Amino acid sequence: MLSIKNIHAAIEGKQILNGINLEIKPGEVHAIMGPNGSGKSTLALVLAGREEYEITQGMVTFSGKDLLEMSPEDRAREGLFIAFQYPVEIPGVSTTNFIKTAVNEKRKYHGQEALDAVAFLKLMKEKMALVNMDQSLLSRSINEGFSGGEKKRNEIFQMAMLEPKLAILDETDSGLDIDALRVVAKGVNELRHKDRAILIITHYQRLLDYLQPDFVHVLYNGRIVRSGGKELALELEEKGYDFIKDEIGLTAGVQAGIN
Amino acid sequence: MKEELNTLEQTVLNDYKYGFVTDIDTDIVPKGINETLIRLIWAKKNEPDWMLDWRLKAYTQWQKMEEPKWPNVTYPAINYQDIIYYAAPKQKGQLKGLDELDPELRRTFEKLGISLDEQKRLSGVAVDVVMDSVSVATSFKKQLSEIGVIFCSMSEAIQQHPELVKKYLGSVVPMTDNYFAALNAAVFTDGSFCFIPKSVRCPMELSTYFRINAENSGQFERTLIIAEDDSYVSYLEGCTAPMRDENQLHAAVVELVALSKAEIKYSTVQNWYPGDKEGHGGIYNFVTKRGICIGEHSKISWTQVETGSAITWKYPSVILKGDGSIGEFYSIALTNNHQQADTGTKMIHLGKNTKSRIVSKGISAGYSNNSYRGLVRAGKGATNARNYSQCDSLLLGDKCGANTFPYIEVKNTTAVVEHEATTSKIGEDQLFYCKQRGIDTETAVALIVNGFAKEVMNQLPMEFAVEAQKLLAINLEGSVG
Amino acid sequence: MVDVNHFKDRFKQLQSASPDGQIARIRLKGFDTFSKTGLPAPRNEEWKYTSISGLFNDKEYHFAADDGQPVFTRSDLDAIRLPGHQGANELVFVNGWFMPMLSAIRSPDDQLTVLPLEDAAKGIYKKQIKEHLGQSSRYIKDGIHALNTSFIYGGVFIHVAKRRELQYPVYLYHLSDAREHHTLCQPRSLIYMEEGSKMQLVETFKTIGTSDSFTNQVMEIVVNNNALIEYYKIQNDAANASQVSTTHIRQIGRGYAHAVTITLNGGIIRNNMNLILEAAGNEAHLYGLYMLKGHTHADNHTLVDNREPGCLSNQLYKGIVDDNATGVFNGKIMVQPQAQKTNAYQSNKNILLSDNAGINTKPQLEIFADDVKCSHGCTVGQLDETALFYLRTRGIPIENARAMLLEAFTEDILDQVKPKLLRKHVKQLIREHLSIKK
Repeated sequence: MLSIKNIHAAIEGKQILNGINLEIKPGEVHAIMGPNGSGKSTLALVLAGREEYEITQGMVTFSGKDLLEMSPEDRAREGLFIAFQYPVEIPGVSTTNFIKTAVNEKRKYHGQEALDAVAFLKLMKEKMALVNMDQSLLSRSINEGFSGGEKKRNEIFQMAMLEPKLAILDETDSGLDIDALRVVAKGVNELRHKDRAILIITHYQRLLDYLQPDFVHVLYNGRIVRSGGKELALELEEKGYDFIKDEIGLTAGVQAGIN
Repeated sequence: MKEELNTLEQTVLNDYKYGFVTDIDTDIVPKGINETLIRLIWAKKNEPDWMLDWRLKAYTQWQKMEEPKWPNVTYPAINYQDIIYYAAPKQKGQLKGLDELDPELRRTFEKLGISLDEQKRLSGVAVDVVMDSVSVATSFKKQLSEIGVIFCSMSEAIQQHPELVKKYLGSVVPMTDNYFAALNAAVFTDGSFCFIPKSVRCPMELSTYFRINAENSGQFERTLIIAEDDSYVSYLEGCTAPMRDENQLHAAVVELVALSKAEIKYSTVQNWYPGDKEGHGGIYNFVTKRGICIGEHSKISWTQVETGSAITWKYPSVILKGDGSIGEFYSIALTNNHQQADTGTKMIHLGKNTKSRIVSKGISAGYSNNSYRGLVRAGKGATNARNYSQCDSLLLGDKCGANTFPYIEVKNTTAVVEHEATTSKIGEDQLFYCKQRGIDTETAVALIVNGFAKEVMNQLPMEFAVEAQKLLAINLEGSVG
Repeated sequence: MVDVNHFKDRFKQLQSASPDGQIARIRLKGFDTFSKTGLPAPRNEEWKYTSISGLFNDKEYHFAADDGQPVFTRSDLDAIRLPGHQGANELVFVNGWFMPMLSAIRSPDDQLTVLPLEDAAKGIYKKQIKEHLGQSSRYIKDGIHALNTSFIYGGVFIHVAKRRELQYPVYLYHLSDAREHHTLCQPRSLIYMEEGSKMQLVETFKTIGTSDSFTNQVMEIVVNNNALIEYYKIQNDAANASQVSTTHIRQIGRGYAHAVTITLNGGIIRNNMNLILEAAGNEAHLYGLYMLKGHTHADNHTLVDNREPGCLSNQLYKGIVDDNATGVFNGKIMVQPQAQKTNAYQSNKNILLSDNAGINTKPQLEIFADDVKCSHGCTVGQLDETALFYLRTRGIPIENARAMLLEAFTEDILDQVKPKLLRKHVKQLIREHLSIKK
C-alpha cells in the first residue's frame, strides 16, 4: 500500500532523511522508533506533504499512485491521515464544522454525495464513543483550549471519522498520562482493520504495549538502521538507544532496512 | 514548493454576482448640484415648505464645508457637478399594492434574491426596496400598521407623519455634522422610516434593500428609526450595484433614536460593487450612521459586515445619554484587491452606568487597505461607564495593510475602558492542518476567516448570517492560492 | 499667536554670526519648514490632545543668546545633580547651550568624546554629523521640531568608541534661567554609538526662577551593530517649566535600545520617543511612567517604525493622573512591507484619580506586512477596590493603602531603571510624589 524507496529530504539546506526504505501492506501495524532528532517526525510530515521539506531523492507510492506528486489535501482524500504531535488551534472554527467540511471534501473527491446533517450527526455520535469524546468539545473551536489529552483524542476521533487507509500517529503518546494513553490506544485498536495500515511514530515503548505492532524499525540519523518484530521495541526499552548507536558504529556503512 | 506558497499572494478577479443592469425607463434630472436642483427634488417629492428650508439651509452650509481629509483613504477628487442627484424608475402613479409593481423591477429584485411577494417571502421579514433615488415597494405594511408600527419610505413619512419627521430628522446627525451628511441633507431623495410605538416588540425583521441602477447617479438616502419606550426592533440593510467603470457616490445618513428601555438592533450587509481587480470603478460609500440612547436603559446595537465598495468611510456610533444605556458595535470589514476601508465607531458615554462593547474584525487581502478608527469617550458625568473594545486584524498576503486608530478619552474616575488589538496572519500550520484533513486552501481560508469573524457573525440574524458567510467566502475567492 | 518675524530676525542673526556649512544648511531647511507650518495646532492629528500655542500667547521668550552666559552658583547646579555624580560624566546645559566649563568628562578619551556640535562638524566626526544630524526631520515635520532645527547652536556631539563600554554613566543636566524673564531653551544633541559600544545616559531638567521656561529639545541617537544604549529621562521640574522633548533613536545596526521616561512634575510636557529599527533583528524596549498632579499636562508620543525583518519591540507606559492634570499616550507601531517576522507589543495602563483629570490614549497600529505578531492594549481604570478593601481590613488607613497600591502600580516601570542608585533616587521621587514617608 505504501512503498517508500530511498527517500532523502532536507529542510533549509539541512539533510534530515538520508535514504529511507519502507514497505507497508494493508492491515499491518508498523512502529518507527528512534532518539530525538533522528528524523521521525520529518518522515511523517514528508509523507503528509509539508511544503518546507525538500525531497532531494527517492520516491513514494501510495496505493499505486505517486504520493509526492499529490497536494497535501489529495493525499488526505486518498486516505492518508496523520495524527499530529502538536495539533494546531484554529480560533472560531468549531470542531463539528471542521470535520464536516473534511468528511464532505473527501466524499466529493470520491464522487459521493455530501452527508446530510442527520447522517453526519449519527456518524459523529458513533465515532465519539470510540475515544470517549466529550460532546461539548464538538461545539468548541478546534483544539483551542483543549488539554493535551483532549487534543490527542480529537485526533483519533478525526481518524475514525475520515476512515483512512493509512494512519500515521506522530508521537501520539507524548504528553499523555497513563489513563489518557489507555483511552487513545483503545480507540486506535478499535480502528485496526484488515484494509487499514497504521504507522506509529514514537520515542518510547509504552504506547506499543497497547498497540502491539507487527514490525518495529529503528530510525537513526535519517535512516532505518534496524528492523524487527515487537521484541525489538522491548530490547530498545531495556538497553536504550545507545546500544543501537554502538552497533551501527560497528557496522558502519551497512544500511539495514526491509525490502 | 515555493511556487505554491507564492500563490498565497495571487489575486484574481472576484465574482460579483450583482453586477447586472436593469433595463427600465428612468426619470433622471440633469447632472450637477445647485439651488434649482434642490427645488426640483423638493417639488418632485411634493414636500412641505419646511423641507425646502431645511434642504436649502443644508446646501448653504455644505458649500462652506470641506471634504474630510483625515481618513486613511485616497481617491481622485469627486466632481460634485458630474453626479446625477435624482434618478427614479418610472412607475405609473402611486402603487396601490405590490402587485402593481413593474414586472422588470420585480424580476430585478428576484434576481437579487429579494422576493417582494409576501406569500413567498420568508415570514418575519418586511422589506422596503429602494432603487436609485426612490423607494419602489414596501411589503407587510398593512400587517405592521395594525400593531402601530410605521414602516414606509421616507417620502411617504414626510407626507403622512410630518410631526414625527419634523421632530427627529437631523436630531441625531445634525445637517452640518460633516461634509457628506450636509450634502445628504440637501439632496436626499428617499430612504426608510420606522416608528415603533410604546411597548411594541416588532414581530418581524424590518429590512431595506438598496440598489443603485442608473449610470452616473449618486445615491443619497436617509433612514430614520424611532423606538418608543419599551419597544424593540431589529432592522436589516442590504445593498448592491451594477458593475461600472466609473465610481459612484453613496452618501447616506442613518439616524436611530431609542427612548426609555427601547432596543434597536441594526444590521448591515454592505455589498456595493467594489470595483474590478485593478481598482477601477466601484462605489464610494461615505455614510454617517448614528444612534442616540436618549432614554434610560435603552440599547442600540450596530452589526456590520462590510465586503463591498471601493472605499468605505463609516462610523456607526452611539451616544449613550440615558443612564444605564448600552451601545454595541460588531463589525467585520473585508477588503480585497484595491479596496479601502476606514471604518469603526464612536461610543460617547454621557449618562451614568452606561456600557459599550466594540468588536471589530478587519480582514485585508490583495492590495487593500483596512483601517479601524474608533473613539471611546467617557464624559465627566459618565459615572461607572464601562467599555470593552477588541480590534483584531487578519492579513492575507504582504501587499495589503491593516491599521488601528483607537481614540480613548476618559474624564471620569469611575469609568473603566479597556482596549485590545492584535494583528496576525493565517498560520501555515493552520493551513497545513486543514489540508491534511483533505480541505483545499481556498476552503481552508474561508473556514479560518469565518472562524476569525465568528463573534460578529453570531450577532447577525440567522438569515443574514448565512448570506454574510457566503459573501466572505466569495470576496476572498482568489485572494489565496 | 507666534510672531514668526520675531524668530526671523533671530534666525538671520544666527545665520550671519555662524554661517557654518553643514549645520547652517540644516538650520535653513528647518526655518523654511517653521515659516511655512508655524506651531502645531490641534488640527494636526499628532497634536490633537496637546496645545502648546498657549505657551506663546502674549509672551516673549528670551533666547540664550540674549544674555551671554548666565551665571549659576555651585548650589544651583548641586540641586540638580543626580546620585552617583562623583563617578559620572556630567554634561551641563544652560538655557539650551552646552557648557563645557561646567561639565566634567570622567571617562577616558579613547572611550568617550564630547564636543560642541560646531566643532564636531569640522573635525574627524564631520561624516557622522553630515549623515545623521537632522534625520529626525524625516519623521517629525511639525513646526516646533523645525523651530529647534532652525536654531541648532551650542549643541553637543557625544561619541562612544568601538567596543567601549562606558564605566561611568553620562548625566545631562538642563538648567533654565527664568529668574528675570521667560526663557526658551533649545538643546540639540547627536549621540553616536559605534559598533559594540555601551552607554547609560540620564537626563534631567531644572528651571531656576519663577518666570516660565520652555524647553524645546531634540536628541538624535544612532546605534550601530551590537551597541547598547540605555536612556533615562527624568522630568520633575516646576509647574512653570514646559517642554517638548524629542528623542529619536535610529538603530542602524543590529543593536539594543532601552529607554525609560519618568514624568512627575511640570507644565505642559510633550515627549516624542521615536525608535527607528533600520536593521534586521533589532531589539528595543520603551517604558514610561507619568504621575501627574496639579495642572500638569503630559503627552507621551511613541513611534516604533519596523523597517527591516525580525525586529522585536516592547512598550509599556503607565500613568496615574490626579487633580486637574491630563495624561496623553499616543503609541504608534508601524510595520513596513519588508519587515516580516516583526514582533511588536505595546501596552498602556492608566489610573484616573480625579474627575477633573483626564486621560486620552491612542494606541495605533499601521501594518503592511503579513507575517507579524503585533498587539496593543490599553486600559483606563481605578485602583482595585478589592485590594484596597483587603488592606483596610488589615488595619491600614485608606490613604496609606491607596498610596501602597499606587506605588505597586509603578513598580514594573521602576524595575526598568537599571542603574541602582538612579532607581533608588526615582523610587524616592515617586514616594514623595505619593506623600509616602520614608
